[in-house]
Amino acid sequence: MAEFEVEIKPENLVYGTPKLITDRIMHYCPGCSHGTIHKLVAEVIEEMGLAEKTIGVSPVGCSVFAYNYIDIDWVQAAHGRAAAVATAVKRLYPEKMVFTYQGDGDLAAIGTGESIHACNRGENIVVIYINNAIYGMTGGQMAPTTLLGMKTATTPYGRDPKLHGYPYKIADMMAHLDGVCYITRQSVHTPVNVRKAKKALRKAFENAMAGKGLSLVEFVATCNSGWKQSPVASNRWMEENMLPFYPLGDIKDI
Amino acid sequence: MKGNEVIAEAAVRYGCDGYFGYPITPQSEVMESLMEMKPWETTGMVVVQAESEVASINMVYGGAACGKRVMTSSSSPGISLMCEGISYIAGASLPCLIVNVQRGGPGLGTIQPSQSDYFQATKGGGHGDYHLIALAPNSVQEMYDFVGLGFDLAFKYRVPAMMLADGVIGQMMEKVVLDDPRPRRTDEQIEQECGDWALTGKKKERQRHVITSLELDPYAQEVVNEKLQATYRLIEANEVRYQTTATEDADYLLVAYGSSARICAKVVEMAREAGYKVGLLRPITLWPFPGKPIAELAGQVKGILSVELNSGQMIEDVRLAVNGRVPVEHYGRMGGVVYSPGEVFEALKEKIINKTK
Repeated sequence: MAEFEVEIKPENLVYGTPKLITDRIMHYCPGCSHGTIHKLVAEVIEEMGLAEKTIGVSPVGCSVFAYNYIDIDWVQAAHGRAAAVATAVKRLYPEKMVFTYQGDGDLAAIGTGESIHACNRGENIVVIYINNAIYGMTGGQMAPTTLLGMKTATTPYGRDPKLHGYPYKIADMMAHLDGVCYITRQSVHTPVNVRKAKKALRKAFENAMAGKGLSLVEFVATCNSGWKQSPVASNRWMEENMLPFYPLGDIKDI
Repeated sequence: MKGNEVIAEAAVRYGCDGYFGYPITPQSEVMESLMEMKPWETTGMVVVQAESEVASINMVYGGAACGKRVMTSSSSPGISLMCEGISYIAGASLPCLIVNVQRGGPGLGTIQPSQSDYFQATKGGGHGDYHLIALAPNSVQEMYDFVGLGFDLAFKYRVPAMMLADGVIGQMMEKVVLDDPRPRRTDEQIEQECGDWALTGKKKERQRHVITSLELDPYAQEVVNEKLQATYRLIEANEVRYQTTATEDADYLLVAYGSSARICAKVVEMAREAGYKVGLLRPITLWPFPGKPIAELAGQVKGILSVELNSGQMIEDVRLAVNGRVPVEHYGRMGGVVYSPGEVFEALKEKIINKTK
């Protein structure tokens, strides 16, 4: 028996599901960062009053089904091509808010060309880039961002630079391009980071609507299934291993 | 005007919303002309030089998803790069126009004209069960006309349309009759025409629109495929286009499209002067293929020569239509070499006339 009663009234609510998040059961694994990031994207769109103006581009990978969870118009792009698809949508509907949502395999491996050139053209879009250092959907293979020594399905003895090359920081590369106005690296593994990440997303969306050029928000994220760890251990592993190599914070802001 | 330039003129006059391309010989004049015309200052048409054909076809995919009239043009190796995107466009039931000014292959091949992408244009090209409406112009006028026709058919059936031209027609200069320009559709008109599927921003009163070609449930994916197939059957029933020349009394039939049909029209004249009753059937739509009229003519003629600038691709469709009733042979040149009417006439005599007397 509770010592005091909680009366549930609308004015007492301090937290709720964003209106734009659908009732569909998410297919993401428990502990995956996608759910939190989806929530932030939905909140930012809602708070900016852009629900009727926003078109999302979903990738190939775990987040291909982002279109099932955020209640806006979506187009699903071929693997890696989201930035090209978004380019056309934004050019043809300049008044709309257009963003892509891509994983590291999609953006930094197969889609490197499209991503870099969209940056270079200064397309007025937002690129949301989820870096969990692994291919989640296909069962945990090496990603371009996989850390040295990290074990994956295709680096069973750990990533060896002689065999597999080096992990690379595509966001840092993109920051050199003149068409890019804002590049930041965020995470959602603590409440503080969630709040910072939301601010970063909002800024990116505002940049796109103001026509300032391309903004990219990278999320260093967990894939506990791919990493074969519990959600809690994944957060710890990310802090200890990912964040030293992929440090959080703004990389470019003009 | 030149064939390639006329594509640009037609696109602007038709009210095309966007062109996305990448330079490749022998069709680079399409984008060059558009950039010179600056239609973004007049009709508001968007023109983007992409970083690759892979990017340009995906831009077309994005634009088509918005219900806009969007197109690209390229030549054979570039079309190969686009095939993934074309498959996605077909799989997501989107309308668009793709122009292929063919050159010789395989590989980097040659920059000279060819018709060796017939299979790619008519049998798919990319992965999965899909078709493009494939239009084969045989003149600069038709290159102009088929931009509008291609868009009309693409939007009527929500399928991608391809204009399968070749380097001869693309580089040829001829007189062209242009239509009056028509304005691009307004957002309201797009909403009316494509409002039940296109990405226009989710309004409160409707469900969200999702353009995708993904269905993990095989039974749901089969339904998607069945719908596509039903559309293809409808196109086959309604949209076959072809032209016949001197077939009424013909003893021998030439089947040829595009620049080959121009050459074969001359062959018909030469053969008739020499006393042979030769006719020509020119498929205008390569898919849907005019199999029925060819089958009907097979009941009249003694033999058929399928004439293409390749090693023999369309001949498979001709033979399927004829179903073994009369001999069907192929004559072609490859690698960018174009036959003269005299060469085709000799081949006709050797392969068909002399063997079926």
